[in-house]
Amino acid sequence: MSTVKRTLRDVGALGAAMVAVGASFGAIAIAYGLPPWTPIAMSTVVFAGGSQFLAAGLIAAGNPIAAVLAGLLLNARHLPFGLAVASTIGGSWRHRLIGSHIMTDEAVAFALAETDPAQRRRIYWLVGTTLFVTWNIGTVLGVLLGGATGDPDALGLDAAFPAALIALILPSLRDRPTRLVALAGAATAVALTPVLPAGLPVLCALLGLLVLLAPSRFLNPRVAPAEETRC
Amino acid sequence: MLIAAILALGMGTYAIRLSGVLLRERLELSDNLQRLLPMAAASLLAALAATAALMAGSEFTGPARPTGVLIGAVLAYRRAPFVAVVLAAATTTALLRLAGVP
Repeated sequence: MSTVKRTLRDVGALGAAMVAVGASFGAIAIAYGLPPWTPIAMSTVVFAGGSQFLAAGLIAAGNPIAAVLAGLLLNARHLPFGLAVASTIGGSWRHRLIGSHIMTDEAVAFALAETDPAQRRRIYWLVGTTLFVTWNIGTVLGVLLGGATGDPDALGLDAAFPAALIALILPSLRDRPTRLVALAGAATAVALTPVLPAGLPVLCALLGLLVLLAPSRFLNPRVAPAEETRC
Repeated sequence: MLIAAILALGMGTYAIRLSGVLLRERLELSDNLQRLLPMAAASLLAALAATAALMAGSEFTGPARPTGVLIGAVLAYRRAPFVAVVLAAATTTALLRLAGVP
């Protein structure tokens, strides 16, 4: 199968999953007792899954200010993401303004998994627009179905997101320094999750970059041929 | 109040996204720093995957979700198609929950 076909199939699968997760977001917001327009407004205006779930819960708990602050903290990782994909998005103002809004973890991960710049740009826009459309379709479906969707965890959807991310970042972990930085960052974030507010632990993953200060023979040992072919 | 909260979260999130994109054009980044950016992004994404796989709120989630994610990760490492990775992870977790594993 050609790379283009495979990418289209992968994006299609992600889009289908997004409809399901978006539907559970819409249904959960309704179950919280929020007016039907709120989940739909969030999905178009905010368009950041994790922070929407968090904000809906905190708004329902009667704490809208905490909802805004926690949601922004959770989305702070998009600043370094923007730095990483700025040249991918395109140089025109139209591209920058629209491309920034459709920035998601998945679009960044899909794009960074591709090395050719032209191909990378196409993939970023394809994933970004597909997810924006499917996420909003899902949200509307969820609102229409009300609480009928029930528990999204029963379908194992909460395991689909991290597994998809791992599949997407594996190719970029080819070289040993990146692998060590990512491992250290992930371990730091998990260790800090019980003690820091939501969003902050993931940002602390940037501390993983400190691994690069280690002696260079630790970072770049004589590369075994077998290690080059495997990611 | 509700609409104000949603607008504030939406505009704040957009400002965060756009400022990264615009800052990049203005910053004269050294070669070393440019090499660090993809690493920083990979580290953030790995942290996101790890916390989403292991934690529910501030506590460890039950074993069902990490087991499903692990199956998906092994398949991804063996270069299975993306669809298979996602489906295997979700199905494993769903079946474990059906069997009563939290």
